[in-house]
Amino acid sequence: MPDALGAALLIARKDLAIEFRTRTAFFSAVVFALLGIVIFFFAWDPTAVAAVDLAPGVLWVIFTFSGLLGLHRSFGVELADRAIDGLLGAPIPRESIYLGKAMANLVFVIAVQVIAIPAIALFYDMPLGGRVLALAGIALLAAIGLVAVGTLFAAMAVNTRLGELLLPMLSLPFFVPIVIPAAQATARLFAGRPVAESMGWLKILLAYDIVFVAACMMAFPHTIEE
Amino acid sequence: MTDLTVSHGQDGSATARVAEPTFGWLFVVAVLGVIATYIRAIYFTPLEALQGPAQKIYYVHPTSAAVAFMAFGVVALTSIGYLWMKDMRLDRLAESAAEVGVVFTTVTLITGSLWGKPVWGTWWTWDARLTLTLFLWFIYVGYLILRGAIEDHGMRARYSAVLGILGALLIPFIHLSVYLFRTLHPMPIIFKPSRPSLPNDMLETFLLALGSFTLLFIALLRARYRLATDEAALEAEEGP
Repeated sequence: MPDALGAALLIARKDLAIEFRTRTAFFSAVVFALLGIVIFFFAWDPTAVAAVDLAPGVLWVIFTFSGLLGLHRSFGVELADRAIDGLLGAPIPRESIYLGKAMANLVFVIAVQVIAIPAIALFYDMPLGGRVLALAGIALLAAIGLVAVGTLFAAMAVNTRLGELLLPMLSLPFFVPIVIPAAQATARLFAGRPVAESMGWLKILLAYDIVFVAACMMAFPHTIEE
Repeated sequence: MTDLTVSHGQDGSATARVAEPTFGWLFVVAVLGVIATYIRAIYFTPLEALQGPAQKIYYVHPTSAAVAFMAFGVVALTSIGYLWMKDMRLDRLAESAAEVGVVFTTVTLITGSLWGKPVWGTWWTWDARLTLTLFLWFIYVGYLILRGAIEDHGMRARYSAVLGILGALLIPFIHLSVYLFRTLHPMPIIFKPSRPSLPNDMLETFLLALGSFTLLFIALLRARYRLATDEAALEAEEGP
């Protein structure tokens, strides 16, 4: 369906253009991530636990929380002047709206990571070295799963009485099978183990992505029916 | 009062009906069954050699967990059914099953904790099954909170059906990742490929417990479902 994909790309471009011009959500997510990285460091006794052992856990906790900041904005921008009606009225499949929103969110989450990961490497003395590519792979797999579920829940949460409060409550249990494999694989990576040792974890991430991208895309039209 | 009969439609919105007791004979039977289970478990089933009285939890804890899984299975099936047929009765059944399931999950967590202290020496440990049960509890408490946060009936039914289905899809992933993380929990004793490895009178008590808890589940589900139906009828009566 080239048309559906084209429409999705158009929606993603629209969302990213809004974000690029205002940059409010992006900067707050980046500052939040940096703050989190710094504060987490003081939550442990550095003489008892080595910073490099904390880094993978901190990385993925920050990843989910800063991701949530971007996700909420994704449908929040459509609330003003009921802009969502314009999207719903457009002669495009509902799945395109979901896909476009998810793609914009994916770019957002990855952009935050591009700043947060080197910051963690810097503050926690993590040897990035030749592991950048492997880490980027893990981050991409994790980001796809996070965005797939988060985009759907953001669309739901925005219409409820609790609004943004509901999004983390619904999403965080769903991020457990992302955070555990990603943190485990990252920890092995930084312990100097070969990537092959983390293949089991990466397969869980991949399976999660496939299942939840498909399921959320099928579920999305049910969340925006009139 | 005539508008009482107006509001049943293809969407299954509430029909007026003569008030039935919320808790019926089935509930009485189930409670008697549970009492019988307790009496048999406490007085007529031998003590386990290593764990002593702590092992008696075996007749409450795994049965509650099994019932919780049944309940969440009902949530998943009725959620799929709702999105397919848009029948409000399925939504009310899903709501009822989720609530009863959360109660049984809470019982599972509390009884497990009580057993963990004397046997493992700790109230809580990050074992795979404990973690999975805890997250089950979080998912379905979130499900109930989501329901509470939406006014519109149709939207509430659709949203919670979506969450009910995704929650069921999530369970194997959480199970897999926390299982690989670490596990300490006793391995299955009855539902395993070989023969159940426990004495016959313990097995019989366990099966009695499973039966009476299942009956209690059905009775509570039925009572909660009737309550949901009455609520819907009342709202229909009061008008939009």
